[in-house]
Parts: sequence; structure tokens; C-alpha cells
Amino acid sequence: MLNIFKLAFRNLLRYKRRTLLTSMLITLGVVAVLLFLAVSGSFKAMMIGQITDSMLGHIQVHKKGYLASVDSLPLNRNLTENQINKVKQVLEGNEAVESYSMRIKLGAMFSNFTETTNIRLNAVTPGAEMATAPLLTDRFLEGDKDGLIKPGEILIPELIAKGMKVKVGDSIVLVANNKDGSVNGQTFMVRGILEGISGPGGRDGMVHIDDAKSLLRIEGAEISEIAIRLKDIDDLQGVYASIKQELGSIKNKMDQPVFEVHTWEKISPFFNIAKMIDLMTLFIKIMLVAIVLVSIMNVMIMAVFERINEIGTIAAIGTSPGKIMGLFVMEGFLMGILGTTIGTVISLVSIYAMNVSQISFDFGRQSGLLLSPTINSGDVVSIVLIVIGIAVLASLQPAWKAARMDPITALRHV
Amino acid sequence: MSLIVAKELEKTYVAGEITVQAIRGVDFAIEPASLVSFIGPSGSGKSTLLNMIGCLDPPSRGTLHVAGQEITGLSRKEAARFRGEHIGFVFQDFNLIPVLTVFENVEYPLQMVQNWPKDKRRIRVMEMLEAVGMTDQAQKYPSQISGGQKQRVAVARALVTNAKLVLADEPTANLDRHTASKIIDLMKKMRDEFSTTFVFSTHDPRIVDNVEITFALEDGQLIRNEKAAGGGHA
Repeated sequence: MLNIFKLAFRNLLRYKRRTLLTSMLITLGVVAVLLFLAVSGSFKAMMIGQITDSMLGHIQVHKKGYLASVDSLPLNRNLTENQINKVKQVLEGNEAVESYSMRIKLGAMFSNFTETTNIRLNAVTPGAEMATAPLLTDRFLEGDKDGLIKPGEILIPELIAKGMKVKVGDSIVLVANNKDGSVNGQTFMVRGILEGISGPGGRDGMVHIDDAKSLLRIEGAEISEIAIRLKDIDDLQGVYASIKQELGSIKNKMDQPVFEVHTWEKISPFFNIAKMIDLMTLFIKIMLVAIVLVSIMNVMIMAVFERINEIGTIAAIGTSPGKIMGLFVMEGFLMGILGTTIGTVISLVSIYAMNVSQISFDFGRQSGLLLSPTINSGDVVSIVLIVIGIAVLASLQPAWKAARMDPITALRHV
Repeated sequence: MSLIVAKELEKTYVAGEITVQAIRGVDFAIEPASLVSFIGPSGSGKSTLLNMIGCLDPPSRGTLHVAGQEITGLSRKEAARFRGEHIGFVFQDFNLIPVLTVFENVEYPLQMVQNWPKDKRRIRVMEMLEAVGMTDQAQKYPSQISGGQKQRVAVARALVTNAKLVLADEPTANLDRHTASKIIDLMKKMRDEFSTTFVFSTHDPRIVDNVEITFALEDGQLIRNEKAAGGGHA
């Protein structure tokens, strides 16, 4: 094997420029794929982090049928005290759960005493909400972040603040219907203004859960949704399956499940963007495979054609067809190794440089998001193995042709 | 016992609807440690005959024994192994591997075909380079030596595996008169030193003058064989 390696290496050096150009083409492909993976992966992880950590949580539990009618924020599909306790029992028995937040979601009329508009609100318990959506306070454009919210205060989305010309410290009135249809109103002081983010609930206001209960005249415990934060998002599917199974086994009198459980993927439209990014990554990988396949195959076909006489000589001397094949496959393998090694080094250095230079970008209405590309070793190893594997695969046909060459015909070739 | 025995050897090529009978029922025997040449005009079948003896081209009919083995039915792989063990080749264009040094070219059959250990290889290659007078050129590449020197290296490569038979197809065709004479002398010396049989396919009268047996071919048939005084057997 070492002899074949040595001879293959010398043969590659014979056409230095061609070997270098082919390797550079592979390098270019590897760099493109690794950088795309790093940047898109970083973008995806950041956006998922933004969505889950500043609003949705990783998993949400609702009463069965709530999500289907979420646009009308139905109060008659809230979870009862007994149901809440069952969910709490499941969540507290699950070690992967870091925190959970109980929310009442409601719609109300928002009045600044001169104008009125509609507003969607989340009513939360501040401590639990901050533990479940730790980036929520980062959405404060104005106002005191400390403690998030107290009874009598409201956080309003920036669009309503601008539209209704409301500032921090102003008084406003919320008027809401409870589930029986009776109307109630309550005065609130604007505590802060929240930045809107894309996705469901991204432009909702926020009040204390006790205020929502009094506004809606709710007695006892009653909530619309439970947002759950996991210790590690990588465990999402496993934890989701386990919670879903446990809660799914709880049935009502009609033998139907009481709860519905969803991951953020089901709730947020950004999941489709994440899937698109994955699809684009796949296409980029396919392009890389094509680049490696075509360039290596082209070079190896040329190499065989140029060395027909030499192939005839080594075959006549007694070199077995297997060794002749091995020689050409080794040349493709070495070119793959060379291109991949250089490409991987350039990619890792570029990723490091991008992190050092702190590149920022805008996404939707969010600006100044910091690009911090990272790539895991699994992705690097898989790309390296794909490229080397394809390089070997691309060499097989020319190598097989060389091994099957008739020595007499080859020796006659000029 | 003869090194090569051919009986009723035939070779037919079919190209589309055209059938060419390159060798037509040839019988001959070649003894060990002899110098033999096949002569004849172009297309007479001498290269075809050499290719068959060298296990590069199977006969269409007849039997052919080389080094005591019937070689007509060998598979591709078996033929390669047989060539690697028993036969050396010297080509008109030298056919050295350009990316290997003189030393490595001679070492190639031991390394890539016979898998000799490194220490033994080194000793054997140096012996052969010394025998052909190329020790001082061992680290040069083929592009750095002359045609005559290349052919010396080719002879060393053919003999390095202790081959009992060397097939040389027009070995002096690309050499000047003086160099050609030296190569012929070298082959005679190698025959004497290693008891190797050299079989030539040639037009060169200098080779014919130096071999012990000459087979003349015409239209694929053996028309005569001539034995030089004190030569080998046919």
C-alpha cells in the first residue's frame, strides 16, 4: 500500500499545475459548503434562540383544540385548575425541563382616552416567564426591565405605542370581555415598550397574570397555555415525545385527549425558513459532490489517457490489475485529501476570522444581529468523508479502465 | 528440458468481417541460456509470437509451454503473475517509469510485483546496477540519462527478478550504432552471467550476427531457422 501511495504521489507531482488546480476546485467547494453550513447554522440557531427564548419557549401545552382557534384567543378553551395540576406533575417529574410559564392569552380594547384599538395580551407570572423566555427583557425598547412587570402595569408592543402615541408612564385603559360575554375595564400604567419580533405572539402586549384574572373575572386557577423551556434544546424531540405520551394518556369523559402538546417548530412559521435553510444546505452539498466528481473524474481520465504506454509497461512487467487500479484510485484519493485538507483549514480560519471581526446583519425588523458562525466537528467530518469518498468513487471508472487495459494495445499506444 | 516449446501455434485476429491469420501453425523449441532472434519483414508475425511467449496475447490454437508451464489458458491475473515471476521485458522505447529514479525503476518489479523486503531489494538492485554499469546513475531520473543508459536500466529491470527469459522487442532500434553494440554485448554478458535466455524480435543485423539461433518468419510461418556455430539449440 505504501508503495502504491508513493508512486501515486509522484504521479500527482508530475503534473503539479493540474493537480493544484483540481485540488483548488475541491478546496473551493469544501470552503463554500463549510462556510455556508457555519453561517446558515449560526443564523438558524440564533433565530431559533430568539424565537424560543424571547417568546415561545421550546414546547407549549394547551387544551385540545386551542391552537386551531388561537386567532380568536378563546377563553372557553382555557385549562382548569385540575388540568393545570396534572401538567405541573408531569413537568416537575421531567428532569430535562428547566422551567415553565403559565399564561393567559386574551384580546382587549386598548384606549389612551382619546383613541381606541385592539390589543392581544399575554398575562404572565414575571419570575416564571423570565425563566422560560430569558431573552424577553432584551425586547424592551423603553422602560424598566427589572422584575419584568408588576400588577397594574402593562408592556405594550412598539407598533401600538407609536400608533396610539403612548409613552412609558402613561395611563391607559383595557376593556375586555370575559368568557361569559360581560365587559370589564381596568386602568394600567405603561411600564415599557416591547420590540416586535416575527412569529405568533411577537406583537402582543403583556400584563401581570393577577390583572388578567381580575379583568376577566377569573376565580381560581385558569390559564390558556403553558410554555416550557428545556435545559438543552437538543433534547427537544425526546422530551416532547415523553411529555406528549404522558399527557396524551389523560382523557376526558368522551375518551378524547385533554391536552395538545406542540414544539416551537409546529407553532412558529420560522420553522419553514429553517427547513428551507436545510434544503439549501443539501443542494450546496450536492453541488460539492458534482464539483468533486466531475473534476476528479476529468483529471483521472486524462491521467489514464496520457499514461497508456506506461500502464502497458507495468502490466507487462507483471503488475496485477488490482494494483494498477489501486494506483489510480490512490491518486484520486490523494487529490481529495489535499483539496479537503486545504479547504477545511481555510474554512476554519475564515470562521474564526468572522467571529473575531463581529459581523452584524439585519433580519426582518431586527437589526444589528451579530453573526457568530460555528460549525460542529460532526459536520466537518461528514463533509471530509463525503469529498474523499466521492474522489475515490470518481477515480474508480478510470482506474478500472486502466486495470482492464490490454497490455499489447497499451504498449503500442504512442 | 527446453525453456520454450511451441506446437502448431496459431494466432488469428478478427476485426469486423476481416480475419487475419498472424501466425500459422508454428513449431519451435528454445533451450535455456540461449540468445535467439526472430526476424522477418513487418507483418511477418514476429512481434505477435513474442507477445504470445510473453503471456501478453493468448494463442488461438496450439500449445505453448514456457518454463515448464502451459500458458495458453492463463487468466489475466495468472498471466500477470507468470510474467512477474518468469519473464523480463526490454522495449524499443525503453519504457522506464519517468517519475521513478534509475534505482526505483529497477526496484519496481521486486517492490510492486514480487514484494521483496526492503533490505534484500536494495542489495539486489545494486547488484544489477553494477552488472549493467549504472551504479553511479542510480539516483537520476530517466529524463536525465541517455538512450543507451536507459536501455541498460531496462535490461537491469528485466533481469532483477532472476527471470529465466527476457523478451526484447527491437531493443536497439532507437540507439546509435555504437550504443547498440554495447547493449548487445551487455545482453550477451548477462546471458553468460545469469544464464538467462534472451529472445529478440529484430531487424538489426548486428543482433542477428550475435545470436545463436535465428528464426525467420514470413506471413506467419517459420520459413527457416539458422544455428550459429557453437550456439544454442532449436
